[in-house]
Amino acid sequence: MNQFSYLRVRSVEDAVRGVHGHPSAAFIAGGTNLVDLMKEHVARPSQLVDITRLALREIEPTDSGGLRIGALVSNSQVAYDSMIEQRYPLLSRAILAGASAQLRNMATTGGNLLQRTRCYYFYDVGTPCNKREPGSGCSAIHGQNRIHAILGASEHCIATHPSDMCVALAALEATVLVTGPAGDRAIPLADFHRLPGSEPERDSNLQPGELVTAVELPATGFAQHYTYLKLRDRASYAFALVSVAAALALEDGKVRTARIALGGVAHKPWRDLEAEQLLIGQEPSRQAFQRSAELIVRDARGHAHNRFKIELARRAVVRALEQASAIGQPS
Amino acid sequence: MIPGGIVTSPSNEANREPAQSSTTRMSAERVTLTVNGQRHQLEVAPWTTLLDLLRETLALTGTKKGCDHGQCGACTVLVDGVRINSCLTLAVMRDGAEVTTIEGVADEGGLHPLQRAFIERDAFQCGYCTPGQICSALGLIRENRAKSADDLRELMSGNLCRCGAYPNILAALGDVMGIDTEAQAAAPKDAAP
Repeated sequence: MNQFSYLRVRSVEDAVRGVHGHPSAAFIAGGTNLVDLMKEHVARPSQLVDITRLALREIEPTDSGGLRIGALVSNSQVAYDSMIEQRYPLLSRAILAGASAQLRNMATTGGNLLQRTRCYYFYDVGTPCNKREPGSGCSAIHGQNRIHAILGASEHCIATHPSDMCVALAALEATVLVTGPAGDRAIPLADFHRLPGSEPERDSNLQPGELVTAVELPATGFAQHYTYLKLRDRASYAFALVSVAAALALEDGKVRTARIALGGVAHKPWRDLEAEQLLIGQEPSRQAFQRSAELIVRDARGHAHNRFKIELARRAVVRALEQASAIGQPS
Repeated sequence: MIPGGIVTSPSNEANREPAQSSTTRMSAERVTLTVNGQRHQLEVAPWTTLLDLLRETLALTGTKKGCDHGQCGACTVLVDGVRINSCLTLAVMRDGAEVTTIEGVADEGGLHPLQRAFIERDAFQCGYCTPGQICSALGLIRENRAKSADDLRELMSGNLCRCGAYPNILAALGDVMGIDTEAQAAAPKDAAP
């Protein structure tokens, strides 16, 4: 780990001031990803601004009937919160599908949003990586790419976003609240993370010095018809090869609202509004779900080791929608 | 017990760093930690992990360094009663916290029931993962979420055992928590919900 100066702050304003104007300063909260990246010399901050003493630890109702989750609420606290379990079980399931109990106890809501890819080459400072070192090249495109993206990738980067929580937040259409040198703003989750394009070093649309303060959930939680399906190399404690957050609202036996978000397949939680629209007004059926899944993977592109993910994603979408709508439910 | 002192390079990791001139040297931070009931006032370099502080400064070597990347669970300790990976925790950030390591699990009355259960069930071979397994299990009991053998497997998945003592670790936890871990394994469940 590199040496750095340490600043513990007591207010959001001091936190923003501690990072603003220090290009290599970073906020730290749970530390589960940043400390690891520092050990690997991928992250070398000159100053760490410890935000763990800020008053961002509440889960509280919003005026619009949703919930506001403070940025420092741990992943465990969110997953086991009784309001989240009852009203947003999709979020609870997604969080509990990720990491280990110890890591969930440490990791925060804000940090989960900002965790970085687990691409092997991003972590290996001995290899080129455009995300770590812009312009150096992508080692994954012609290297080991079993865990990499099949949707929305670019010639500069085929990394995936590793979060499970964010896949559920995408399906729930959450909003990220941030404070920065230019004031406060609210960013819809769909616009929070980026596709790699020609700037893969930028994971999100946060501006320098901006701090995530909360995540807001809208009133609709899809607690009746939902599934988080995660497919991975071992039964627990592994990143998704493909995951699907499916949420449906049914009315008179037909789909009124459909949300489908995929993890493990792209640089951000992947949604396809056309594929969701296709289901509106339909009776839940395997055929309808297959048409939707087909649309989602229509532009998917595999590499040497991850072509299997295209078929896996197609089938995972169908299975998740079947489970969410309770057709073909095994129990 | 080694009294707290100036700690500038407590770990092997820190020793590998190039020496810096005094003008750029980052300062040590004063930290108070209560470890296994004993209060320590320490000066800690900010890049010192809680794991290195426990092992190198306080000589509490029961907590193990396995992967040092949060992937194996050997470094699990309880901080304010919550199980965490001490290898990914900067000590300076836990100023004021209460830490319990494996050295603090037993009391004057003898071994903790979990420790006795690990012995009775032969829940280890080499023993390297055992302190982390026991601290993790203590946290798990406190969380009160595990109701079945499947829950125990899932909620202990952050603690790896390269000897493969999992069935006996599970049995030891089951004994202490009153969960039957030896019934016929359930058929594989389909994914949630």
